[in-house]
Amino acid sequence: MRKLVKVTWIDVFSPKAESRKPEAEKMLRYLKPALLLACLAPLAWLVWRALHSALGANPIEAITHSTGDCTLTFLLITLSVTPLRKLTRQYWLISLRRMFGLFAFFYGTLHLITYVWLDKFFDVHEMLADIAKRRFITAGMTAFALMIPLALTSTKWSIRKLGGKRWQALHRLIYFSAAAGVIHYLWLVKADLKKPLEYASVLGVLMLYRLIAWIGSRSVAVGKVRASEG
Amino acid sequence: MLIKKAEDIRSSEITPKSLYLNRRKFLAQAALAGAAAATGVGLRELIAPSTTALAGNKIDGIQKSPLSTTETVTPYKDVTNYNNYYEFSTEKDEPAKLAQKFRTRPWKVKIDGQVEKKQELDVDTILKMAPPEERIYRHRCVEGWSIVVPWIGFSLSELIKRVNPTSKAKFVEFTTVFDPGQMPGQLRNVLQWPYVEGLRMDEAMHPLALLCFGMYGEDLPNQDGAPLRIVVPWKYGFKSAKAIVRIRFTDKQPLNTWNISAPTEYGFYSNVNPNVDHPRWSQAKERRLGEFLKRPTLMFNGYDQVASLYSGMDLKKNF
Repeated sequence: MRKLVKVTWIDVFSPKAESRKPEAEKMLRYLKPALLLACLAPLAWLVWRALHSALGANPIEAITHSTGDCTLTFLLITLSVTPLRKLTRQYWLISLRRMFGLFAFFYGTLHLITYVWLDKFFDVHEMLADIAKRRFITAGMTAFALMIPLALTSTKWSIRKLGGKRWQALHRLIYFSAAAGVIHYLWLVKADLKKPLEYASVLGVLMLYRLIAWIGSRSVAVGKVRASEG
Repeated sequence: MLIKKAEDIRSSEITPKSLYLNRRKFLAQAALAGAAAATGVGLRELIAPSTTALAGNKIDGIQKSPLSTTETVTPYKDVTNYNNYYEFSTEKDEPAKLAQKFRTRPWKVKIDGQVEKKQELDVDTILKMAPPEERIYRHRCVEGWSIVVPWIGFSLSELIKRVNPTSKAKFVEFTTVFDPGQMPGQLRNVLQWPYVEGLRMDEAMHPLALLCFGMYGEDLPNQDGAPLRIVVPWKYGFKSAKAIVRIRFTDKQPLNTWNISAPTEYGFYSNVNPNVDHPRWSQAKERRLGEFLKRPTLMFNGYDQVASLYSGMDLKKNF
């Protein structure tokens, strides 16, 4: 007989032991490659348009915008894995998170290459001047720099070497990377804040989830201490 | 009776002028939509139209101008599908689609302020004030890209002379139409509407300042500012107001819309100046659309003949 478990809001938001059902394993064998292709689709679309002269009147601007949007989108997708898997109790979703995170880094790299090569033509002096003086470039470089240690430590080997707790602490840098990315966008638009604010509000909701989860876990801990004292 | 009398034809049966003018383009697009279902080539055309079917009316009697540059003209499809026209949309590829049904006739322009006689002129009256000239001008956007456009019009001074501003007129102010029903971008206050721009009287009277109603030998397309706009080639593109409905002569410096939006970033003069950066990006270089490498930006966008208008002025302060 299945044991009835009372589910409270703490169960939904607070950390829980991971479980991976065998059905999820089978599904992932097909799902992961399919999702990989889906994540590459924006790049494929960009390349197709480039080859067919369909990037509009300012192709370099189109590439910069497209890769930038992809970077921010994948950062937000990565950040939505944990809330999604807790709320739907589909804990196997965790195995997709690394792929989404690495795609954020991938598109971020393309975005940076577009800037370094097609905008600045590898002029280091000009780029350093930009980073120092143009606030939105500073923010963008920060967002990218914060992704580097995350990409480098994305393997299981790294989790083992660092230990789960240290690894998790390091990977909280993604919050700051996403925030810096949103600020980068906010600081570069001329007058229309609509799209940057859309990204900001999604990020806000995803961070709000974590805030509630953190508060929830604190009250559980306090409860446990009180129980052991009592 | 087979032949209908004029009264027998309902107004609802009359083909809208915009559709009539664009009938060949409309048919081409309809055929294209059908072809697109079958071939990817059609899809490419839908995304990046290479239509040489132009806006409609060819302008007759165009004279060449010595003020034209000999630089390579930007392709028509780029100038008509890459537009900063926030009245329609803040996305550069949207005005081409959203402005298709924009009505440019009837169109009246109010002339008021410090003039001998306040009046409301029909745009077609204005178009006849002087013979049309082709002025191939460089056009530099504040964002850092530039194009070369063969505008059609005549010097703004021709209109100004004919309306007799008084001695109190120190500035000219231009107002763009406000019509959120036709211009969905105006439903939001991304900028303060209606769009206002202005020039000092001597700037407005300079031969280079163009009252413009055409490009590439034809009427202006809607997304490029039809039916009437100004083009001030030595200033950043946002100074060249589009779809003008009012020209007011005033003794006070006009408050132009981008200056209201961000006073530290967009000034009144906004002369193209590689030595005065935008607070958030450099103005030293620009991307000429169609070129891979960036090119250095020229003082006054290369129109040195206006330098005398600003002798003695601190152009860093008066940006």
